[in-house]
Amino acid sequence: MRILPHALLTLLLVLVWMVLTSFSPGQLILGSVVAIFAGRAFAALTPDRTRLRRPDLILRLVLIVAADIARSNVAVARLILTGGRHGQRHSGFVHIPLDLREPNGLATLALIVTATPGTAWLDYDPDSGELLLHVFDLVDEAGWIDLVKNRYEALLLEIFQ
Amino acid sequence: MTSHLAQVPLWAAIVIAVLVVLGSGLTLLGALGLVRLSSFFDRIHAPTLGTSWGTAGVMLGSALLFTLTGDRLVIHEIVIGALMMTTTPVTLMILGRAALSRNGGARPRAANPASITAGLDADAAEGGSDRR
Amino acid sequence: MSETILTVALTLSQLCLVLAMLLATLRLLRGPRAQDRVLSLDALYVCGMLLLVVTGMRLGSSYLFEGALIIGALGFVSTVALSKFLLRGEVIE
Repeated sequence: MRILPHALLTLLLVLVWMVLTSFSPGQLILGSVVAIFAGRAFAALTPDRTRLRRPDLILRLVLIVAADIARSNVAVARLILTGGRHGQRHSGFVHIPLDLREPNGLATLALIVTATPGTAWLDYDPDSGELLLHVFDLVDEAGWIDLVKNRYEALLLEIFQ
Repeated sequence: MTSHLAQVPLWAAIVIAVLVVLGSGLTLLGALGLVRLSSFFDRIHAPTLGTSWGTAGVMLGSALLFTLTGDRLVIHEIVIGALMMTTTPVTLMILGRAALSRNGGARPRAANPASITAGLDADAAEGGSDRR
Repeated sequence: MSETILTVALTLSQLCLVLAMLLATLRLLRGPRAQDRVLSLDALYVCGMLLLVVTGMRLGSSYLFEGALIIGALGFVSTVALSKFLLRGEVIE
């Protein structure tokens, strides 16, 4: 077994430890001990390692998602204030067939979809790969399927698979 | 009175004020939506206003204020921001699945998902039914 | 000058957050179903956490921040536990 099974996770934990306490040599040692144990514990829970195929695309994904979250924040806030375009708003369920199978990729997609106001991830069927999404302001269903599949899933497929 | 607020330069004070008021205003709108919207699956969208840009605005303002009044870079707030970003989807997903299974009666992973959502839409149209 | 701006802004934001907590409490009391109550409890703790951070900014103390971190972590665990209970009827299987 490797000494540092999840090097990136361990490094991140040391960093968070030092942010929350102080940047001193003593805290570095203490934080490193905690992080190494936590990394080994995590490896015992999940044996398979995450492999990032294209880490350079992560920054692009983060920027796209941040812009989308800001935009949909404004959209949902306006809908709440106007009482749903004065009763004209419809919400509904959308079924989206996903090609993404990698668990970490799916987790990232769930995070993106739920963090964006206006869409909520409800259920995912691992056998058929179908995702059940609830959309706050459902204008056209095909547009939402297209948005999830082309805007996020294509990028996540490149990063993770 | 409060001396630490006077140390902040004017431009930063305006930036912090805008960020904090925007963040808490979005949180208030989210809570307003929680009260005004009529069905559960509509309401599940409302608190995400507070957890996405609501939290981000307040945290950025706080980080900026404490960095300027303290003597070192304060980025504690990023930890809370990251915590909110990663935990909200988990809670909303589990809550959504719980609501699906409570509403439909059947397990969410039924053979015919269309029948469940049809039942749900009927339930949503019912609005504030008093079933528990 | 900057003190006035910040005092007004922080007070305003405290008022907003308290109002948001009251609205979430209203939904908590009104229901109608258990999942609505869990959802509003989740919103309530997020507002409480933000209120603690804003109060800390106003008082110039970073100790309230630690409290906010604890609310954030415990709120998450409790909402997941409640949702799990609604889903399965028990928390730990």
